[in-house]
Amino acid sequence: MPTSVHQLDDGAWLSVNDAREVNVSDLWWLARQEFCSCAMADFLAEGFVEIGIDHPNVEGRIAGQCIECGESGVTDWLTLGRVVNPEAGRFFAVDPSSVHVPERRRRLASPPE
Amino acid sequence: MPSKVEGWKDEIYGTEIREHLYRFAEEGWSAIPEDEHDAWFERFKWWGLYHQRKGQESYFMMRIGTPNGRMTPQQLRVVGEIADEYARGPVENPEFGDAYCDWTTRQSIQLHWIQLQDIPDIFDKLEANDLSTIQACGDSWRNIVGSPVAGRDAKEHLNAWPVIKDLHDTFKGNDEYSNLPRKWKVAVTGDTRGSGQAEINDLGFEPAVKKIDTDEQSSSSDQNAKRSADGQKVKGFNVTVGGGLARKEPRFARDIDVFVTEDEVADVAGATSALFRDHGDREDRFSARIKFLIDEWGPEKFRRVLQQEYVDFELRTAGEDLRDQYTYNSGRSDEIGDYVGVHEQNDGNYFVGLSVLVGRMGAEDVIELADLADEYGSEMIGLTQRQNIIVADIADDDLDAFLDEDLLEYYQPDPHPFLRGSIACTGTEYCSLSIVETKNRMVRYARWLKDNVQLPDGIEDFHVHLSGCTASCAQPQIADISLRGMKTRKDGEPVEAFDIGLGGGLGENPQFADWVEMRVAADEVPGYIRNLLRIYDERAVRDEQRERDDGLGDRESFREFIARHDEDELTGLAEPEETSYEDPYLNNTKMTWYPYAEDDEMDASPAPSPADD
Repeated sequence: MPTSVHQLDDGAWLSVNDAREVNVSDLWWLARQEFCSCAMADFLAEGFVEIGIDHPNVEGRIAGQCIECGESGVTDWLTLGRVVNPEAGRFFAVDPSSVHVPERRRRLASPPE
Repeated sequence: MPSKVEGWKDEIYGTEIREHLYRFAEEGWSAIPEDEHDAWFERFKWWGLYHQRKGQESYFMMRIGTPNGRMTPQQLRVVGEIADEYARGPVENPEFGDAYCDWTTRQSIQLHWIQLQDIPDIFDKLEANDLSTIQACGDSWRNIVGSPVAGRDAKEHLNAWPVIKDLHDTFKGNDEYSNLPRKWKVAVTGDTRGSGQAEINDLGFEPAVKKIDTDEQSSSSDQNAKRSADGQKVKGFNVTVGGGLARKEPRFARDIDVFVTEDEVADVAGATSALFRDHGDREDRFSARIKFLIDEWGPEKFRRVLQQEYVDFELRTAGEDLRDQYTYNSGRSDEIGDYVGVHEQNDGNYFVGLSVLVGRMGAEDVIELADLADEYGSEMIGLTQRQNIIVADIADDDLDAFLDEDLLEYYQPDPHPFLRGSIACTGTEYCSLSIVETKNRMVRYARWLKDNVQLPDGIEDFHVHLSGCTASCAQPQIADISLRGMKTRKDGEPVEAFDIGLGGGLGENPQFADWVEMRVAADEVPGYIRNLLRIYDERAVRDEQRERDDGLGDRESFREFIARHDEDELTGLAEPEETSYEDPYLNNTKMTWYPYAEDDEMDASPAPSPADD
């Protein structure tokens, strides 16, 4: 079964297989990040901007701001969770309050036509 | 590549959604295929149904669009009855109980906890009373806003109600315009108050006058034409495009240098929305609003394309505007800019504007007010963009008795300014986007301020707009105190917070707020407002030109005081501070299934409701 992922309602949440899995308004700890000059960004997620899949990971770029320094913008790609067995379709979300490392990626979020 | 939402809209959208909605209502919640939830919930918006947030699955917010916020007392009663019967959730709200109506900043009505199986009955009842949820949400013509008392107001440029009614009748349920790239918000202002707030709408019609050659004004109404030496001075509207507040991208609507008469409004409005339909961005919903198209094109190109491709008569250049008369949400010291209080109508009767704190009114009170209005012979109820309610057509002889009614002790025509000026959006109670709790908190803020803060001499009107996120549904950028939901840490723990802005408002010279205090913990906001008002009290200057009876000049208004300072001076002007104010919602209300439930853990959610199957 293909995994369906997208953001909806102005980026309010990540949908995986038509279930609301990750919400805005959580604080994410971001390490080794270029979002701001803080050693660790204390990042408030305000909206999901882009969603992609790098099997088995579901990834996203999130708009928001570091509540430590106030820098605002959009993160590099973050792992939001995993669909380990696509047949079963069950999504395991990461814990936003643990530590995350955003990555730049060169491939497309969606395959070309 | 068109967005996923565009793909769903291509399959089914517009009026045809209704038959599917009825099928699901008949078959039950579980009849909606699980892998089609997102597509259907996106489509249901077109019929005014918005799936509530995580933890509240199977419950919907229902929005009823009332153009200009206008209803009859009978229609208001019907809305109250529907709320009483159907808008009851599993848990009461501690401030408002259960079963209530929300009056919104776009003069619509929102009900919560609506279940699928009840929708046909609700639609039957609404439509039997000429009310509807059609296009109340979704990508099309939304509720048209303007003065609720159009045709009655003594401060009127022209009666815009026939124009608005015509737009409503023409563009609701119209397949040509039912699938736009994004929402389409229209305001028509016919008064001299500026009450339509056209500046923050996708398409605005602002009151204007223009001299027109006799042979040129054949389509305009004679009653609004006044002969002068070199033509006739005609009343009409200037057209503005591309206003909006959302996503930290606020824009005032741009002047596209077009004047229209009343008779031309529908043609130009249709042409403008057709241009948006054809040229708006369908690939990226974040860039889809027309404000971004006009950013890209500029008003001159926009006008040129509109003229060449969409309008089959020669557009006139803009007329003379009436902005210097605007009072609505303007921060002027000489007149309070809202409809609250007793106002004489042009027929000698009165309309009475009642303050509804944060726009939420219990269903029983709604029914009682509808009956009162009927009893006093009122033929019109109005909702305002400041979330208040108006009862029109009260006869002079009845006015004292009406004002003495018990219900008006709570919904007051002369409320304390802290109650009168407070606006709040839906917040984490129901909304997926919001970062913080809003309505109950704003109620607590307003009451604390009223009980603990001496309002300085010179301030009779003070607007606090509290919005839970950057979507800006409470219009935070155009208030004296702008509050936008945020988070911060207190003793290492995450707490709900606000960015604070100052100096916003509309009127002759509209201004967006400067954001001057960031990430202020929610329990320190009332202390900040108190401290800021103390500073105003110490430093506000008097204007000797505006002399009062006591020989002193009138003080500058709060907005004038803020405007006198630049952003750097405003930052740190007052300090946030903990006070006796207590905030029960400091922790992450979004993590709960419902912030006020005794067991509020997400796992304790009763949703989806078993009653739906």
